Amino acid sequence: MSQFSSVALPQIGSFALLLALGLAGYSFIVGAMALINPGPVSDRLTETARRAGIAVFGTILLASVVLVTAAFSDNFSVAYIFHHSNRDLPGPYKFAVLWSGQEGSLLFWSLLLAAYGFVLRLRYKTDPRLFAYASVVIAGVQVFFLLLLNIAAHPFAILEGQVPPDGSGLNPLLQYPEMVIHPPMLYLGYVGFTVPFAFALGALIMRYPGEKWIHITRRWTMVTWGFLTIGIFLGAHWAYSVLGWGGYWGWDPVENASLMPWLTGTAFLHSVMMQEKRGMLKTWNMWLVFFTFWLAILGTFLTRSGIISSVHAFAQSSIGSWFGVFLIVTLATFIGFYIANHSHLRSEHKLESVISRESSFLFNNLLFVVACFVVLWGTWFPKISELVQGSKVTVGAPFYNNVAVPVALLLLLLTAVGPLLAWRRTSLESLKRNFMWPSVGALALGVVMMVLGIRPWKDISYFYSLMAAMLAALVIFTVISEFVRGGRVISRHSGFALLPSMMHLWHRNTRRYGGYIVHFGVAVVIIGILGTPFNKESEKEMGFGDKINIGPYTLVCQSYTQDDNPNYSNEWAILNVFKGNEQITTMYPERRLYKASSQPQTIPRIYPTYAQDLFLVSDLYVVYEGRNEETGRPIIKAHLNPMVPWIWTGLLIMIFGTVTALIPNAAPLPARVTARVQPAAVGAGD
Amino acid sequence: MPTWTKFSWRRVAQIALVFVALFTLMGVGDDDARFRTLGHHLMCVCGCGQVLLECNHVGCQYSDRMRVELAAALDRGDNDDLTLQSFIQKYGTTVVAAPATTGFGRVAWIMPFVVLLVGLTLVVMVVRAWRNRPAPALADGIQPLRGAELERFREQADKEVEL
Repeated sequence: MSQFSSVALPQIGSFALLLALGLAGYSFIVGAMALINPGPVSDRLTETARRAGIAVFGTILLASVVLVTAAFSDNFSVAYIFHHSNRDLPGPYKFAVLWSGQEGSLLFWSLLLAAYGFVLRLRYKTDPRLFAYASVVIAGVQVFFLLLLNIAAHPFAILEGQVPPDGSGLNPLLQYPEMVIHPPMLYLGYVGFTVPFAFALGALIMRYPGEKWIHITRRWTMVTWGFLTIGIFLGAHWAYSVLGWGGYWGWDPVENASLMPWLTGTAFLHSVMMQEKRGMLKTWNMWLVFFTFWLAILGTFLTRSGIISSVHAFAQSSIGSWFGVFLIVTLATFIGFYIANHSHLRSEHKLESVISRESSFLFNNLLFVVACFVVLWGTWFPKISELVQGSKVTVGAPFYNNVAVPVALLLLLLTAVGPLLAWRRTSLESLKRNFMWPSVGALALGVVMMVLGIRPWKDISYFYSLMAAMLAALVIFTVISEFVRGGRVISRHSGFALLPSMMHLWHRNTRRYGGYIVHFGVAVVIIGILGTPFNKESEKEMGFGDKINIGPYTLVCQSYTQDDNPNYSNEWAILNVFKGNEQITTMYPERRLYKASSQPQTIPRIYPTYAQDLFLVSDLYVVYEGRNEETGRPIIKAHLNPMVPWIWTGLLIMIFGTVTALIPNAAPLPARVTARVQPAAVGAGD
Repeated sequence: MPTWTKFSWRRVAQIALVFVALFTLMGVGDDDARFRTLGHHLMCVCGCGQVLLECNHVGCQYSDRMRVELAAALDRGDNDDLTLQSFIQKYGTTVVAAPATTGFGRVAWIMPFVVLLVGLTLVVMVVRAWRNRPAPALADGIQPLRGAELERFREQADKEVEL
């Protein structure tokens, strides 16, 4: 490592962060002053504030590049690099060091916020004044994070004393390919909600007339929501693929922290349509945007303050109090501006009928908010209990299964019914007509499942599974019927075949039909989740030729082997998998020992049984647990997790739906010419 | 002919009823039900954050032992309360997977439903207020459609978009 690398790099990084704080402070203070005192001079000041905001991105990008460079150059004089990297760490994980620890992840958060701010400030011509307000709000949030980075969680702090020859290494749990993708996606989601919040607060402060801010915000929100969705599911998949306990969601506070803004963000994506189309729910939307942003910050507070115990929170530190203060300041600011300016947020229209899209959105929003409350309440209750009665309690899966699952089932019902309701008013007759076949299909599925042995009276989890399956089927059938019905109308008017008509229908209203595809994806995810009560597991010490039977599969131990590389040494089993007499695959569950940290890590192997059963697919999930200390024999644990692959398939469908919903609409097809051609008279035209 | 149709529907309904009764009775008499129920009310204390019967955490030192203790308590004939109490005494209050349904723990269970109820009441009030709100004034010269004419247009719109 050169002298430049060890000494100058941290200084450049520190200076870049200090400069970023100065620029963000300028953008915030000068931008706000210019907006308070409008005039020709203030227009120029607003422009300088905008440019300062753009420059913040450059400086934070520089600091981030410096930190990554320090990781790649093994600069262990930087405390953060020493604690989260080592010489033999593979390149992609050295890059991921940027978000693997407290200080680095805060820098990464600031970088993403600066990137969002950069794009927003470049696109200011859409509505210069509204964008100027939004830019000031974003600058305010940036100032907070940069204060944190410069004072409380400095990523370029230097280790005291002799520079160690090697680092402590990255946590083995984080050395998995998804760790390179999951946090950026999650953070893009968390941080992205700052943008809709900035527009909402800006619109509230300036008493913005009309719904244009909602149009601008909607696209940002959809993108952000998409990232958060991907982030949450990647986190679940990472837990499933790395932690080795065969599950993907444990209602841990850190998981809950990501779910809360997702729930309110989803509610906003629905209720925003009420404001766009009917001028309703203006106050509600304003608060929903605010709380989505606020819950994203609250989640960060939860994971970093150590106030609530979690299996995968960051280390306890003093920055929790910083977040606490920030949460109070933002809440007070928003309440203050709301009280001062709420009079222009009155709804413009009346509700014509209870059976309408409008009322379905009201109930949908209520259920999303109640679901969010359940998660928030369950997350905080151990702390509340400790404060009230002096002893902690556990709020685990049984609580959420009994409280959140019924709410989720009601939401699923609304997901099925909502698209069938028209704006303003729906006749009961048309609702019955459109609902009949999907309902018959869902009931038929329920009967088939009961015949196959899923008896709801046997266990409450069976009841939930049955209900979830029927409602998911209802959602799928209503989505299909919506596409078919719309396609047939277009086909009738344009003369095209049904399939091209359905494609055109989708392209003509991408947001609506993209949303239906997202609903379809959610139903598929639910189908994946409802397999949980039917999981099987088996554990055994296995010598050569020994067998484990699990469901219709037999695992036969062929061999064990060992390997070694600079980063870790490992042992793995070679297991042949049979269904009946036919060998279907070979699996290699592995156990590693990371050298720098001296920590063991299992790498389960997962085989989705698509080839054996396409629809009722299961994951064959095998873990090499290590050796029995007494006998020296390896222990293998096998799980058979039905339907889990559908969860990831559902995610792909949801992403596809979200992306298509962002595509601009196509023009309508010309109607088929139906005017009858009059026969020409003899001699006409002569 | 109508009598025969009525008869056949009745027969179909009777057969369906027999099937439902048959499948209902097939669920009766599961000996492991108490073990399963109690096992899902306890947490593994290894730190994995999993319910006892769902803990398949790698190298767990606790779950097997706790399952054996649970089975032993049931064999002794301990009732559910006594079994849970013995686990609480040995492992602390956090061994129970969900708040108690007595004392302060009851608040945890009630609160979400209170919020749901309050929310429902508010939504109903909002719907009522919006329905009773006067319709916004139309621009000069535009006559709003009412009665039969409005229904005719609605029927036509329904017809155009029906399957």
